[in-house]
Amino acid sequence: MKLSKKDLLGIRDLTVEEINLILETAESFIEVSTRDIKKVPTLRGKTVINLFLEASTRTRTSFEIAGKRLSADTINISSTTSSIVKGETLIDTARNLEAMNPDVIVIRHSAAGAPQILARIMKQPIINAGDGAHEHPTQALLDLMTIRAKKGKVAGLKVAIVGDIAHSRVARSNIYGLTKMGAHVTVAGPATMMPRYIDRMGVTVCYRLEEAIRDADIIMMLRIQTERQQENLFPSLREYANYFCLNGENIKLAKDDVLVMHPGPINRGVEIAPEIADGPYSVILDQVTNGVAVRMALLYLLTGGK
Amino acid sequence: MDRLLLRGGRIIDPSQNIDGEMDLLIEGGKIAAIGKDIYRSGVDSPKTSVADFKILDLLGMVVAPGLIDMHTHLREPGFEYRETIRTGSEAASHGGFTSVACMPNTRPVNDNRSVTEFIIRRAAECNLVNVYPIAAISRGSKGVTMTEFWDLKNAGAVAFSDDGKPVTNSALMRRALEYASSLDMPIISHCEDVSLSAGGTINEGLVSTELGLAGIPDVAEDVMVARDIIISEFTGTVLHIAHVSTAGAVRLIRDARERGVKVTAETAPHYFSLTDEAVKEFDTNAKVYPPLRSMEDIIAIKEGLRDGTIAAIASDHAPHAITDKEVEFEYAASGIAGLETALALSLKLVTDGILTLNQLIEKMSANPARILHIPKGTLQVGADADITVIDLEKVWTVDPHGLRSKGKNSPFLGWTVKGKAILTIVGGGIKHRET
Repeated sequence: MKLSKKDLLGIRDLTVEEINLILETAESFIEVSTRDIKKVPTLRGKTVINLFLEASTRTRTSFEIAGKRLSADTINISSTTSSIVKGETLIDTARNLEAMNPDVIVIRHSAAGAPQILARIMKQPIINAGDGAHEHPTQALLDLMTIRAKKGKVAGLKVAIVGDIAHSRVARSNIYGLTKMGAHVTVAGPATMMPRYIDRMGVTVCYRLEEAIRDADIIMMLRIQTERQQENLFPSLREYANYFCLNGENIKLAKDDVLVMHPGPINRGVEIAPEIADGPYSVILDQVTNGVAVRMALLYLLTGGK
Repeated sequence: MDRLLLRGGRIIDPSQNIDGEMDLLIEGGKIAAIGKDIYRSGVDSPKTSVADFKILDLLGMVVAPGLIDMHTHLREPGFEYRETIRTGSEAASHGGFTSVACMPNTRPVNDNRSVTEFIIRRAAECNLVNVYPIAAISRGSKGVTMTEFWDLKNAGAVAFSDDGKPVTNSALMRRALEYASSLDMPIISHCEDVSLSAGGTINEGLVSTELGLAGIPDVAEDVMVARDIIISEFTGTVLHIAHVSTAGAVRLIRDARERGVKVTAETAPHYFSLTDEAVKEFDTNAKVYPPLRSMEDIIAIKEGLRDGTIAAIASDHAPHAITDKEVEFEYAASGIAGLETALALSLKLVTDGILTLNQLIEKMSANPARILHIPKGTLQVGADADITVIDLEKVWTVDPHGLRSKGKNSPFLGWTVKGKAILTIVGGGIKHRET
């Protein structure tokens, strides 16, 4: 089986079968990262461009490692060195990159829809590494992979996603992914961070942390950006932490074997208490490990790797 | 020979309650006669021979007073790469408009008589359609100091608007309404509460939620419509609300009109033809300001058109260069090049039974003329011979290469539509004829 599209722009575009294919491929790549020599020749001679036009450390590093472990030549372009700052348009950049014949472009951009622009004009596969508040498909896939590894399934699980849903691409991609795979998703956060008609995306909406995490199998906490306080989305970090921080007390409402996830980087003590982030429920570092495998799988599948 | 006989068309003139198959004679740039069998019945001199006329047989065609677009952006001066007064006039003529009123958000802003006079002079050089400049309410459209209304009126401006931006200062809005009223000039308000719309690029709704694009809530428009109605009611002066896009605004305007507030309103074809679903693939051609709204809003706008709450249909022609649109959605310019699709899209209201053809022509000709106080929008004998002839049955496809406007930014590209202006006559001269 192959992916039906040339690009990975969002989870919304994927079928359940395609998600399973990606996850199974990723699972087969996990072992590579545990070897002494962490490299296979799968993509030897292929060129992967990481076009990161928005600040990122972990996703960019994860893609770079994924490419290198498959023996691809990986090139990183970041916003400070790109022509974007000189006034060149994204389309100009794309056409120039295309002229250099890379094999895959991975793009991170602060504007929603930017990967779609590249996908429309470039013949090479495009992987969305996060576009504005739209989608972050590789994050959702690595989350699904982590859940599957720990729980053995996704269908039927109760998942709570808590925090700034409105501005979170991780939340959107996970809503698409988890609901497609049969999980029950509840989103929670202050009403100011809850976008309109989110319930029509097939999720339950609530405004209390406790309500969302009660009997949850999985809790995904989202990063709170402090600058949102300027937009009056919440009155203070103190108040947010008092009512939406996952801690040793409220986590007792969840199932005994709950998994705690976070896309990182964590604001310790704001959305998640340190003892929870580092505690037995946390799979945050598993998520990071699985991220490399998921990205290896996508590079492999989209380049038609043999 | 400056006599033209339009023979046998269905003449519709809401200003005179005329609707029937008749002839219309144009002489010296004016409408000379209108009636059945003008030529044969000898309304003209008995000595007239057929050779003295140019005759156009228009059986099956609709002959209407020239369409008037009261909300156009011609972009000149300052943004000639998007449109010029010439290309905009060509687009207008091609779309069946004989007159357009152009918004002042040019560079420099049309906030002084030299810019107004420049626009009028350039339009006269083009000699295609009547161009009526709308001057800014405030200097630089910055919302601080009123422009010289009197001087601008004398230079040829027909209305005042800071279109593109709302007048956020309520006291300035009050004074502008009062001052303009004393000159018998309308104030056209772009209604937007910028504190509610800030950062938004698309209607706030399910689509904005799914795409992760910052939304512009409908209340951003409604709040300002409410404020302007309240001020207009207080001053007792005339207010015109531009590009109505929300159900809330329609309701507020309807309620105000029932109370006797002197408020009129316009909408544009995209606000009753498309919902925000058109943006789903990040299509920047569907990015417009105010944004495309929901189906509930479309239904309300159609009802507002039907019951007379919304008096006019304007194109809100906002041409852009491809470089303004071929960028990330949130960086893309807002606007649709609408002059050439407005008529066909609006005729759909007739097909769908929302408006009669007479009512539609009223909203695209007589009413804009009345709101702007310009002597147009009628086929009365003695009036300027500004006439639009429409083939209601002509089916055509919106093709960028067929558009005369420099702006090809339209979400309707590729649409098959019905109804087209086949003849546009301005001051008795044929400015566009469909071949």
